[in-house]
Amino acid sequence: MVKVPDTATPFFEYAPAPESRSIVDIKPSYGLFVDGEFVDGHGRSFKTISPSTEEVLAEVAEADEADVDLAVKAARRAYTRVWSRMPGSERAKYLFRIARIIQERGRELAVLESIDNGKPIKESRDVDVPTVAAHFFYYAGWADKLDHAGLGADPRPHGVAGQVIPWNFPLLMLAWKVAPALAAGNTVVLKPAETTPLTALLFAEICQQADLPPGVVNIVTGAGATGQAIVAHPDVDKVAFTGSTEVGKAIARTVAGTRKKVTLELGGKAANIVFDDAPVDQAVEGIVNGIFFNQGHVCCAGSRLLVQENVADEVLERLKRRMSTLRMGDPLDKNTDIGAINSGEQLKRIRELSEVGDAEGAERWEVACDLPTKGFWFPPTIFTGVSQAHRIAREEIFGPVLSVLTFRTPHEAVEKANNTPYGLSAGVWSDKGSRILWMANHLRAGVVWANTFNKFDPTSPFGGYKESGYGREGGLPGLAAYLKGADA
Amino acid sequence: MTTTSASTASAGVFDDITSSESSLRRFLHGLPGVDQVGADARAAALGTRSIKTTAKAFAIDLAIRMVDLTTLEGQDTPGKVRALASKAMRPDPADPTCPAAAAVCVYPDMVATAKQTLGDSGVNVAAVATAFPSGRAALDIKLADTRDAVEAGADEIDMVIDRGAFLAGRYQQVYDEIVAVREACGSAHLKVIFETGELQTYDNVRRASWLAMMAGGHFIKTSTGKVQPAATLPVTMIMLEAVRDFREMTGQMVGVKPAGGIRASKDAIKYLVMVNEVAGADWLDPDWFRFGASTLLNDLLMQRTKMQTGRYSGPDYFTLD
Amino acid sequence: MARIDVKKTYKLYIGGQFPRSESGRSYVVNDAKGALQANASQASRKDARDAVVAARKAFGGWSGRTAYNRGQVVYRIAEVLEGRRDQFVAELRASEGVAGAKANAAVDAAIDRLVWYAGWADKITQVVGTANPVAGPYFNISSPEPTGVVAVVAPRSPLLGLVSVVAPVITTGNTCVVIASEPHPLTAITLGEVMATSDLPGGVVNVLTGSVAEIAPWLASHMDVNGLDLTGVEDADLATSLEVAAADNLKRVRRAPAAEPDWLAVPGTDRMTDWLETKTVWHPIGI
Repeated sequence: MVKVPDTATPFFEYAPAPESRSIVDIKPSYGLFVDGEFVDGHGRSFKTISPSTEEVLAEVAEADEADVDLAVKAARRAYTRVWSRMPGSERAKYLFRIARIIQERGRELAVLESIDNGKPIKESRDVDVPTVAAHFFYYAGWADKLDHAGLGADPRPHGVAGQVIPWNFPLLMLAWKVAPALAAGNTVVLKPAETTPLTALLFAEICQQADLPPGVVNIVTGAGATGQAIVAHPDVDKVAFTGSTEVGKAIARTVAGTRKKVTLELGGKAANIVFDDAPVDQAVEGIVNGIFFNQGHVCCAGSRLLVQENVADEVLERLKRRMSTLRMGDPLDKNTDIGAINSGEQLKRIRELSEVGDAEGAERWEVACDLPTKGFWFPPTIFTGVSQAHRIAREEIFGPVLSVLTFRTPHEAVEKANNTPYGLSAGVWSDKGSRILWMANHLRAGVVWANTFNKFDPTSPFGGYKESGYGREGGLPGLAAYLKGADA
Repeated sequence: MTTTSASTASAGVFDDITSSESSLRRFLHGLPGVDQVGADARAAALGTRSIKTTAKAFAIDLAIRMVDLTTLEGQDTPGKVRALASKAMRPDPADPTCPAAAAVCVYPDMVATAKQTLGDSGVNVAAVATAFPSGRAALDIKLADTRDAVEAGADEIDMVIDRGAFLAGRYQQVYDEIVAVREACGSAHLKVIFETGELQTYDNVRRASWLAMMAGGHFIKTSTGKVQPAATLPVTMIMLEAVRDFREMTGQMVGVKPAGGIRASKDAIKYLVMVNEVAGADWLDPDWFRFGASTLLNDLLMQRTKMQTGRYSGPDYFTLD
Repeated sequence: MARIDVKKTYKLYIGGQFPRSESGRSYVVNDAKGALQANASQASRKDARDAVVAARKAFGGWSGRTAYNRGQVVYRIAEVLEGRRDQFVAELRASEGVAGAKANAAVDAAIDRLVWYAGWADKITQVVGTANPVAGPYFNISSPEPTGVVAVVAPRSPLLGLVSVVAPVITTGNTCVVIASEPHPLTAITLGEVMATSDLPGGVVNVLTGSVAEIAPWLASHMDVNGLDLTGVEDADLATSLEVAAADNLKRVRRAPAAEPDWLAVPGTDRMTDWLETKTVWHPIGI
């Protein structure tokens, strides 16, 4: 046994390993995808930029009410004349076809997603895109089995689904919305987020390649007003939204008094609860994955670490050591763990809330690293000494910022975890099976990850309690959300 | 391997723990559990690191320097061992810049032959002792086996633990055996083989790691190569976590040696990434990390040549020993 | 001389007690012929607030009971209702002016509906829960859980309609605050007496009588109410404004039907699933 060497060991410096950009072909400008064609919008256009470099990627049409109306009309026509009349087995084949093309063009989709969103290529390549394909495969198989969906014989689609998705998982959220809608026999008008429209537009191209009948999928790009036009359109039968709780509430008000069906996937402030008997190395991985996956731009992120007081110091020490190995930088570098913040606006919000954390007396610790001079960056950060009363323990930061709180007993952990208007997800780390099940029973959250975190699967329902929204996506409930019983 | 050997690591620090079977059991079973799925996922994620150009060249040379070039066959002969020793000293005869391997690893009866060839080349001789690979012999025979190897000139002893005793919960017996073998090693360094394929659970691997470190092993080693699965990335990761945590507690470093089943450069590089990110850069040294391997070396050499020439090489251009 | 009968005072049913409205108000309830049937309590916003507190307090215990036990309690309500059927037949005949046969049929159906829902308590999880075959080494299961406190505006049908909207809410482990039918509130309070003697913990069902237009907005905007059943709201504008208010904390809303449903028809599961959340639990599978 020898003492730790004094001399510096040669440093294993990973050379840049960039994924090639040449696989994607970004056009200078994009129109709207309506009725199977790319068309010019009536309104203005906006620029989408790469958040890691601030480079302008393309000009994208901003759909106005008239554009949305055309898209809804196209969707209605396709619904009435084609899609609702087509046997489920035929719809299924279109969806399988789309799933296959997504796999075939997987690398291209991953690179484009990372460029437009700023997320690391290893995530778009290993998580987003494979899960997108899996969603289409899963729901494709449902299209001709709707009698078994739990709604009795011959359930019916709602009609035209208006769908508005966020920028954190642009293509994956599209898949969560489009795949079950189409499988159930609905047609869709979908608006991608204004900062991340490109993969949705590439998806439109995939629909063309798949020969999907015109009007079954319509993609209208734009900002809040475009989304509002979709939600408020009188001929939209079903609204599906993923995004902020604030906008979710506005949507709920907009559809009040109509017959529109709504599902909302909104914000969260999940507790990731670590007990003193947790498998500690995996728990530390789970904490890191819980809050730093996708730069913390995850509605179900484990943004509140609740660690049992008697192991808090040890867990934090291990967490900091682990965080110091995170690699932040070029989203296209295959070794990047933490990419760019999606937009200047989001970066501003993260900074503001972090400053509130400082002002409220929490202690900030961040990974020491050089931030690139261009683009939007925020280092992985933890706040210790946080209490329930702090704003950073209550408000969704939607960035790589972890608030650390402690607890003493399981009851206290549950009480603190549930003490939030949100209820999307929660994590529990313990080696004691009965305690995990007790915690899972008592946590008021739609997804409870025990000894794991941030796992997603097309067969697994996802969605929240309370102000995290209503309805579920994924699995059988995710299909049922796009169907009504024959007698309804 | 550096030779600034101290007295057993457990001196003082672990006296209370190792003083009785029950306290040893309490300690080992009080170690944090390992969730297999999470550990596998973390190891797989580390395996996706993309090591290119300069980093790859660095890693390949480092990996060559970490190879314990191994032959442990009933059919081993002096001729075979001499050839292997030559290979260890000059892995690529055509390229003088190619580093030597760390050691050759042989049965005790081949130590003298190996030592004769290696001389003072700096390449060590490691011997598998203690009734390798099963470890099923009386302690005095294991100790005699060890002393024989050391007397024949072995620089390093790779012992096997008594898995039967370990799985039956007789931790004190396993501990005492390691301590005794360590003593029999004299100035030779001791690597403790767990045969992780037989221990099966990561919890067991973590416990065995601590047991061996407390007993004074210089290295902890996954496998004999005779049992499947041999070395795996996650098992090695559990051991790297153990040596990392052991240093946190005692300030002392213990080395790690995955052995068996590592055949491709690509795999070796994954291990080095894991060493770098789990235990830390301090372990990126042949003193602290080894590969127990045979065919791996030629693949490293082929990759090395590819990096230098820009074209893919073939097996005909490297020596088969 | 004929005996002077003892008339019942109809109060509210909150937290297992029968308090008067804190406002001290009451309103006249006439029978079908227009004669005074009784004075009903006219609940205020503060009564609504107290009822929500009672419902929230009862939620943890009620939702934490085994499904088997909840089924037994709901069945017990049916038993006790059966024992007091004559009283309900009389009340229905008086308030709705229906013939004995029709009133009897309504009471029969109400009792049977409770029995039907009692049987659901330990089956709904099996029908709407799922075991999810995720693509990885994880145990993954989704099961329904009660959403919490549900505010219910009961329909006009005094007993069968009321039972049809309340039973699914509580069978699934929720607790509720019910605004009884404004023109037919008395049966709701009598049903409260049945529930109070049926092993149903206080606060699981709370009954308010009074003006829907006055009380419902307070429940719709209440931030500690999780669900809103508008079945009995007949004014479309009021229904819309209640739905708008419910958005403040994203209550689950069941909209008012276009017309009063046929309560004699066999229900679907939707009145249960409307008040259920799907919880999905993941755990690794390893050694």
